[in-house]
Amino acid sequence: MFGLSKNNPKPSLLQKLQQGLQRTRHHFSDLFTGKAIDDDLLEELETQLIMADVGIELSQSIIENLETQINQGKIKDSSQLSEALQQQLVAILDASAKPLLIPKKPRPYVVLMVGINGAGKTTTIGKLANQWQATHSVLLAAGDTFRAAAVEQLQVWGNRLSVPVIAQQTGADSASVIYDAYSSAQAKAIDIVLADTAGRLHTQNNLMAELQKVKRVLSKISPEAPHQTLLVIDGGTGQNALVQAKQFHQDIGLTGIVLTKLDGTAKGGIVFAIAQQLALPIYYIGIGEGVEDLRPFEPQAFVSALFEPAVTE
Amino acid sequence: MFDQLSQRLGKVLKQVRGQARLSEANIKETLKEVKKALLEADVALPVVKKFLEQVRKRAVGREVMESLTPGQVLIKVVQEELVHVMGDENQGLNLATSPPAVILMSGLQGSGKTTTTAKLAHWLQEREKKKVLLVSCDIYRPAAIEQLQTLAEQIQASFFSSQTTDKPVDIAKNAVDFAKKQFIDVVMIDTAGRLHIDQEMMSEIKNIHKAVAPIETLFVVDSMTGQDAVHAAKAFHDSLAFTGVVLTKTDGDARGGAALSVRQVTGQPIKFLGIGEKIDAIEAFHPDRFASRILGMGDIVGLVEEVQRKVDKEKAEKIARKIQKGKGFDLNDFREQLLQISKMGGMAGLMDKMPGMSEIPDAVKNQANDKEVGKLIAMINAMTPQERIFPAIIKGSRKKRIALGSGTQIQDVNKLLKQFKQMQKMVKQVSKKGMGNMLRGMKGRMSQGMPF
Repeated sequence: MFGLSKNNPKPSLLQKLQQGLQRTRHHFSDLFTGKAIDDDLLEELETQLIMADVGIELSQSIIENLETQINQGKIKDSSQLSEALQQQLVAILDASAKPLLIPKKPRPYVVLMVGINGAGKTTTIGKLANQWQATHSVLLAAGDTFRAAAVEQLQVWGNRLSVPVIAQQTGADSASVIYDAYSSAQAKAIDIVLADTAGRLHTQNNLMAELQKVKRVLSKISPEAPHQTLLVIDGGTGQNALVQAKQFHQDIGLTGIVLTKLDGTAKGGIVFAIAQQLALPIYYIGIGEGVEDLRPFEPQAFVSALFEPAVTE
Repeated sequence: MFDQLSQRLGKVLKQVRGQARLSEANIKETLKEVKKALLEADVALPVVKKFLEQVRKRAVGREVMESLTPGQVLIKVVQEELVHVMGDENQGLNLATSPPAVILMSGLQGSGKTTTTAKLAHWLQEREKKKVLLVSCDIYRPAAIEQLQTLAEQIQASFFSSQTTDKPVDIAKNAVDFAKKQFIDVVMIDTAGRLHIDQEMMSEIKNIHKAVAPIETLFVVDSMTGQDAVHAAKAFHDSLAFTGVVLTKTDGDARGGAALSVRQVTGQPIKFLGIGEKIDAIEAFHPDRFASRILGMGDIVGLVEEVQRKVDKEKAEKIARKIQKGKGFDLNDFREQLLQISKMGGMAGLMDKMPGMSEIPDAVKNQANDKEVGKLIAMINAMTPQERIFPAIIKGSRKKRIALGSGTQIQDVNKLLKQFKQMQKMVKQVSKKGMGNMLRGMKGRMSQGMPF
């Protein structure tokens, strides 16, 4: 994992992404070539969307939309249908495809990572630190003071990347660790603070209150801090991802989303609903275990991958 | 969890209940709604289709014709079929082998393997009185081995240490050899999270499996998993022929359709549910309860069991004896009861298991929150021993002191005293007329704003 032991990268979404647009056309033509526009084809499309975790409601509305266009005579053949479907899907995501740019000010720039247990927060922090380190000085805050060895996990990343880690012992107050990290970064004129937090289910009010406290404490140093609050979502999550995103957004106010673990067969289709309903930027997707496997979110490529067969049987 | 699905199905089935008769046509309509509900619950589409086909076959024809009300039949068919698909009854761990029994844990990244390993070990120690050895073959994720070691120390289980430079297969083999010499009952092998399409990693775990011949191989899966659950489960099952499934993070509000998907596509039973952050937050999976929960019938059996396990029997008996002797139920006893409620996962934990709770709006549920229970306990704590035995003496200035001492308002103290009086009345009824009357009495009082 993390490029430690494996030298031969397996075919992953990384390659799919590199091939980008070209592949998009290919997949869509696979699906549509030689097919008449009929109920079977539309049902197959709906099936594909549902199987990609797009969700039943949104999938149906997308298909209904296509049907309307067909009835109005705007779509006459399968290639037009393919075009219209792509357009519709990409349009939903387009507004959310923004790069995460670190502005020149303020310093330190605080990025708070939140999410449910096992979403991939710490790993994403490692990957982000690796990227940002090229242009900025970075400091990590071991805000997960709950899970066994979470502090150690972040420290391993710190050592690996030669990035300082501010930590206290397990069981310490998360807000105070992150506050310390912020003050320390101020004193050392460090550009970016990446703050880890313990995984928590969005239904646990007390743990959500703890995150509110982290934000409150940070805002005492600077009213704008944290400057980014990123929700990390496991790409394999089903419809609950929308519930998670809504609840985290309502409780602590998110500024963006990172979608992880897209190197498997999960499609992450729930981001359509998230993009539509929350209009939050989707900054990154995680597509592998290597430290470099964190990519900007590209709607075209994402939509393309949606229609790839999940298993080569 | 499963609450939203319960709500959804509750709504759907109510429509059916309202209909005088179930015709072929409105079965079709209702099944469509059930389909939608199941898909929203993240049950994989192929699994949904198969399930609905089974339900349709059973609903149409004989069983509908013979029924008293068509709605009952459909509820019954859907429920029965859900139970059936999920495996009919609970299946525990199979440890019947010459020791040590080896349990191999497998799953995707972040599904909760390490936490589940420790929870299961704790469960085996506490419930089955087994001597457990934990070992981690996760040489990849930073500090994964330390994580398991910390948890092992926490539950006082033996831990077989390993290094990130060791080979996972060797770690597993050595741990089992060590366990044999140490007369360990169960060896639990934690492994690195891996993707089912990662051939190299899949062959690694296959080799571990081959080397240690586990009697149980458990597939750990996040209950929030979407449609992809079928692919991952199938691939893991093809490689490892796992013997059981652990469904994690079920204390969230995900609808948990992955349970159905995994079960159906692999045929392997779901054996445990992860239900919280704490080390004892794991419970046996019961398909019938699970289905009842989905259908909004509440998990009565689960509640009873949990009450039995957690409630301090001795204390309960002490109160019972006291009441039988004719001595009154006082605020000390009330306090004990409140403490036991918070032990059982608080009001929220209790309410989740009660039938019909899914139809109560969340806003109402939140009113009966655990803060209230804490408040009540704090107020009783602020009372003198005399006040606790003779609450009648609590008047103006005492109320003021108690409110101050517990950080509450005088109104809160009044409310507590009123609730306590009702409680006392009920207890008197029990000692006079027995349990049946108490339940009847409770029914009337529940609506008057009792906190429980």
